[in-house]
Amino acid sequence: MKHGFTVLAVITAVLLSFALYTALVMAPVEQTMGNVYRIFYYHVPSAIVAFGLFFINFGASLVYLIRRNTKADMLALVCAEVGVVFCTVNLITGSIWARPVWGIWWTWDMRLTLTLVLWLIYVSYLVLRRFSTSSQTALLAAVLAIFGALDVPLVYFSIWFFRTQHPSPVMGGGGSLDPHMGYALLLNFVAFAFLAWLVCWTRYRLEVAQRAVHEAEAMQSLMEGAR
Amino acid sequence: MSFLAITRATLAKDIRLEWRSKDAINAMLFFSLLVVVIFSFAFDPTAEESRRIAGGLVWVAFLFAAIVALNQTWARELRNQVLDAYRVSPAPAIPLFISKAVGNFVFVAVLEALMTPLFIAFYKLRALGPAWQLLPIALLGTWALVVNGTFFAAMSLRTRAREIMLPLLLFPLSIPALLGMVNSTTAVLTGESSPTFWIALLVAYDVVFTVACLLLFETVLEAE
Repeated sequence: MKHGFTVLAVITAVLLSFALYTALVMAPVEQTMGNVYRIFYYHVPSAIVAFGLFFINFGASLVYLIRRNTKADMLALVCAEVGVVFCTVNLITGSIWARPVWGIWWTWDMRLTLTLVLWLIYVSYLVLRRFSTSSQTALLAAVLAIFGALDVPLVYFSIWFFRTQHPSPVMGGGGSLDPHMGYALLLNFVAFAFLAWLVCWTRYRLEVAQRAVHEAEAMQSLMEGAR
Repeated sequence: MSFLAITRATLAKDIRLEWRSKDAINAMLFFSLLVVVIFSFAFDPTAEESRRIAGGLVWVAFLFAAIVALNQTWARELRNQVLDAYRVSPAPAIPLFISKAVGNFVFVAVLEALMTPLFIAFYKLRALGPAWQLLPIALLGTWALVVNGTFFAAMSLRTRAREIMLPLLLFPLSIPALLGMVNSTTAVLTGESSPTFWIALLVAYDVVFTVACLLLFETVLEAE
């Protein structure tokens, strides 16, 4: 197990460095935006990874509700946390890109709004976990995750309709993608997926250790109480 | 006791309690009055402008005010371990949830009925679209707020800083409902577009979350 972790870490490091090289050097300069567009190589993969993690969070929460499996709960927690981090990266890199290209930091465009609302839902999930005094935090969190997942299609339709009623700035590009760009994007996505896997794994191990410590502490105070 | 009898007994108890104390309704009324006055000062809108912003204003005021009623829904049952008694009683959880949600619906609906004339007067409102449509919008929107609100109030009982937890859990999830209420109201007031899509969205939201709340309420109630 320990070996697997090291191997994963090495692969991730190699992939990330090579992906960075393709994104900054190999991929050609974009016609209208120039070099600014290169932030897309971080922006798009982080979005895909974040949404993937939120999806895993939903699946794990569902499994927890049905089976009451602690591992599923820890997986849900880890995916939500790491997902929020990647979602934040996505929102911030998007903002940095929008400033020179659109001339604004933020617009209530459909995709931006949708991402922000998702981010809010998962932050509230993490807040619940942090503030819960219940001995069944996992259960409450799983229920909230289910509600969040049910909310996503409604959010999607409402914002879609909300935004198509109003004029909104056109998302960049259209047109064809240079094969080098597609390659760099794919490579960055793979690298980010590995990074997410690595971070989730680390966080999972941390969570296991933390829970063991909690249990040991509870046991100890119980023993002292009995004395 | 039958399903209906439990619902009726709990609902009657809650309404009697509120009727005698008038705690929630007074706090909500005064709060939304303050919102009306403060927003009016802050924006100083003309009749034309207020038609545009009133939909948002009204619902934000009701949303914040509803938190008062929602927060006390279950907190009241903590005193004297009433909630624990509910849990150990053989009565099913669903009628308890329905009675609480309906109770909150009644409180917020009363608030809306009392506040609407004030909004109309202060913001010189006159609907340019078919005004009768505001009634189904109000009913659907209020239910959308209270059904999830009642559910998450039960959930926030199990947290520190319970009173602030409810809006933190409820607001992010309520965004589609809020968009539905605000935009359908604005559509009717300005008469510029059709509120049909937004009403359909509210119906979908209400159905989805009512079913989810009914299915998952027992789990949340039993969670210590």
